[in-house]
Amino acid sequence: MTPETGPNATALRRDALAERVALFGLSLPALLLVTVTMIIPVVWLFWLSFLADDGTFSLEHYRRLIEQASYGRIFRATFEISAIATFICVLLGYPLAYVMSQLPPRIASLCMIGVLMPFWTSILVRTYAWLVLLQRQGLINSWGIRLGLWDEPLALVHNVNGTLIGMVHIMLPFLILPLYGSMRAIDRDYLKAAANLGASPTRAFWQVFFPLSLPGLLAGSLIVFILCLGFYVTPAVLGGGKVIMVANRIANDIEIFFNWGAASALGVVLLALTAIILFVAGRLVRLDRLFGGHAP
Amino acid sequence: MAREASLPIMVRQITKSYGPVRALDHIDLDICSGEFLTLLGPSGSGKTTLLMVLAGFTRPDHGSLKFGETEVIRLAPHKRGIGMVFQSYALFPHMSVGANIAFPLRLRGIARPDIVRRVDEALTMVQLAGYAARRVDELSGGQRQRVALARAIVFEPRILLMDEPLSALDKQLREHMQIELRRLHEQLGMTTVYVTHDQREALTMSDRVAVINHGRIMQLDAPRRLYQKPANRFVAEFIGESTFLPVEVASGVVTYAGQVIKVAGDPEPQGHYLLMLRPERLKILDAAATGESSAHRNLLRGTVQNVVYQGESYLLQARLADGATVSVRGVSTDSALAAMPKPDEPVQLAFAPEDAVLVPDSAA
Repeated sequence: MTPETGPNATALRRDALAERVALFGLSLPALLLVTVTMIIPVVWLFWLSFLADDGTFSLEHYRRLIEQASYGRIFRATFEISAIATFICVLLGYPLAYVMSQLPPRIASLCMIGVLMPFWTSILVRTYAWLVLLQRQGLINSWGIRLGLWDEPLALVHNVNGTLIGMVHIMLPFLILPLYGSMRAIDRDYLKAAANLGASPTRAFWQVFFPLSLPGLLAGSLIVFILCLGFYVTPAVLGGGKVIMVANRIANDIEIFFNWGAASALGVVLLALTAIILFVAGRLVRLDRLFGGHAP
Repeated sequence: MAREASLPIMVRQITKSYGPVRALDHIDLDICSGEFLTLLGPSGSGKTTLLMVLAGFTRPDHGSLKFGETEVIRLAPHKRGIGMVFQSYALFPHMSVGANIAFPLRLRGIARPDIVRRVDEALTMVQLAGYAARRVDELSGGQRQRVALARAIVFEPRILLMDEPLSALDKQLREHMQIELRRLHEQLGMTTVYVTHDQREALTMSDRVAVINHGRIMQLDAPRRLYQKPANRFVAEFIGESTFLPVEVASGVVTYAGQVIKVAGDPEPQGHYLLMLRPERLKILDAAATGESSAHRNLLRGTVQNVVYQGESYLLQARLADGATVSVRGVSTDSALAAMPKPDEPVQLAFAPEDAVLVPDSAA
């Protein structure tokens, strides 16, 4: 391509370049931060996972992941717990987001403050608070027995139950935020049109509102599911050592066995699985936009 | 068709307040079976609120609404069985064009082959045959408008509501669609209630127009009467261009600033009135011509303020002796433009007695 000639062509090109450089300069601090705290550690992790204990290149950490049945169990438990937590989040969060999306904006933003309130406290504090509430002599068990709802203390904590309760509590806002946003964006005229064309409120919901809220629901579920995969504190505190998720195993490998290679391999596999899920889900959402209903 | 194609609508005493604001103030309105009636008014006049009451989306404070013999004021929107075209079109973005149009038919449990046939018929009717498999976001604004219309008429509703359906289209397409909507109405014959703020659109399409302001019907009449004999100043100002001159009526004689104005028809009762002059009904006379105020025309003398060329027409504004400004519109032929007086030159304007329309002088 020959450069355009004409009055001020060079000066104008230089101005355009200067603008681009200035924009890049604004993003530089964030880029640096991400490079130092994210990219370098991940590359280092990747590197470590291929080193044997004597510092030579080897695939032994990955071989052990495949050969030892306990690793498979940990991954399966991690995915199961994450899926169940996501499912419970959807069951609780969808109706709430729906109600909020139908409220006048001012009241809805008050509700949103309520939804976001847990973010004002650290995860650790909230997790220990659940421990206090859920344990055998905890608030819930003692009140439940006193009110005669149940006789024996329920095993609400130090197991999968407790882990799920804690995870759902922490994850719920991550589902509600994108879901609420996408529901707000659904034009109310669609529901009016559905009613006008003869759809009862129930049918209008299932045939018009729900399909239109699916992208938001998928996005929210995906965020929750992926964040659940890497959960550490909640299973550690509320699982009572019985719930081992991948992150807990990584911590064990490092703290107890000082086995950085094994821990790194676990991390790399978890990262790879997460990336695959994101990729597949991205395709799914795009497909959902593409198929656009059926002709009669 | 076994059943009637259309139903009359009877509105009685419908009132809706939002806080201190009366969006609808005791509206009484009878819409005949098969009629094309337009609700015309500025934004905030209550015309859309009235349409939403008809559709069932707005619950009035009180009043009665009958479709035919049936009281429907408490009937849920999905049981009213009326078609509606929304201003936003409200085509479902997750469904194809065909699925959108099939939606009301599927809800009515119609057999699949019949659905396919009727969707095709509806698409043909709006001149979009073969578009059933298209995605909504592949369509242009005009095509979406047609799909919305096809969806609203495919289940053969006896009443069709339209909420400013053409407002998002550009001018040429809008004028084309006005004619087309009118043709469809004649073909289908359903009672149609149309909302617009565009007076030309209302005059073009309607059998009758209800001019609405502040939640009340200011005038309900055929387009021609609305334009030629507005009932009050609001209607006169809202429909068409006009100039108003304050006049007195005393013992059957109309005077403006001491000058007798000849009017056609019976004299109005004594009092203050506004003389409404439509710009296109005024003629420019050469100022030098002998100003005989003959029996069949009135003359006004003034000075030219400015002349604006507007393509097919020109607009001349003249200032009268008392400072009032009168507008004159004419076809911009070469001879008319050549003879046009220049600014600050004197000018004489003539109008026939039947074009002197008196309007009550009250800001109703």
